Amino acid sequence: MTTSSAKNLFWQGFKSGVPFTLVIFPVGMLFGVFATEAGLSIIEALSFSIVVIAGAAQFTALQLMIDQETTWIIVLSALAINLRMAMYSASLTLHIGSAPLWQRALVTYLTIDQSYAVSATKFANDPHMSRQDKVIFFLASALPVVPVWYIATLLGAVLGYGMPSWLSMDMALPLVIAAMIGPMLTNRAHQYAALTGTLVALALNMLPLNLGLFLGGICGMIVGTETERHSFKKQTIQK
Amino acid sequence: MIDQTIIWPVIIAIGIGSFALRFMFLGPVGRTTMPEWVQRHLRYTAVAILPALLVQMLKGPTAIDPDARMIAISAILLTLLVSYVTKNLILATLAGGLVFILYTQIF
Repeated sequence: MTTSSAKNLFWQGFKSGVPFTLVIFPVGMLFGVFATEAGLSIIEALSFSIVVIAGAAQFTALQLMIDQETTWIIVLSALAINLRMAMYSASLTLHIGSAPLWQRALVTYLTIDQSYAVSATKFANDPHMSRQDKVIFFLASALPVVPVWYIATLLGAVLGYGMPSWLSMDMALPLVIAAMIGPMLTNRAHQYAALTGTLVALALNMLPLNLGLFLGGICGMIVGTETERHSFKKQTIQK
Repeated sequence: MIDQTIIWPVIIAIGIGSFALRFMFLGPVGRTTMPEWVQRHLRYTAVAILPALLVQMLKGPTAIDPDARMIAISAILLTLLVSYVTKNLILATLAGGLVFILYTQIF
């Protein structure tokens, strides 16, 4: 399309991402502080944020490292948290699957909750966007968020490096993780998924290899999907 | 606190794994087919696993001091409530943190 349309889409995308900066910055700082308090070096904390760009997975890995879990369980748990990224990938392929590899690789690296959420909404509302425009919009939406994540992590890491750990690390991390859950409980499906995960993990807490966690995740996934399916059916019937 | 030797392997493994997850369908250009019903489940992994993780923190081997457990649970529930109502992560963390600190300082 024309250059003016490209610039237009860029700024639209960028503006869509800006509101998230308000949340990403403090959370990034929190991660930096907790990471260095837990014993990571500043480089390690920053690298974590650059390489993964996913707060929930990063905090989870941190907590499990503190708990002295075995390495592959830490990795699997963090990746389990990030499974929704595969769903994002499938969804994005419909829109930009035919783009050149370098563009797809860039989109892949910058696939985060925020860029996906605003882009999915935009693509749904504007079905006649060109593939080129979609790529531009997506990448632009990640631009205000991702560098802020890096910088906030760095700042937090530097801050936390010199700080004595008077913050009860025992409680600080669980509280942050609890605080992440609230905003995720957007509808019945998510709420029931969370409840199920909790109950199953409680019941199966004695199992080795963190199986209680994974089984809680699987059961929660199933309950969430079924609830989504049933509410969708109810909606279509009412029509 | 943390075993220093595992940090880089963990970071790299999660990084590669996350990239693979994000690239799964975009990369091979749809060559990887996953039935749609499986895909729909993926949305709920995070929201199901994070609470399960919390449960483990409260009951696991390196868990919070058992005497402080009741107040810890209360603080966590408060944080959950505040984060659900305000959608503000920092506020919620501060709320729970404050309650916990106050309680443990006073008693």
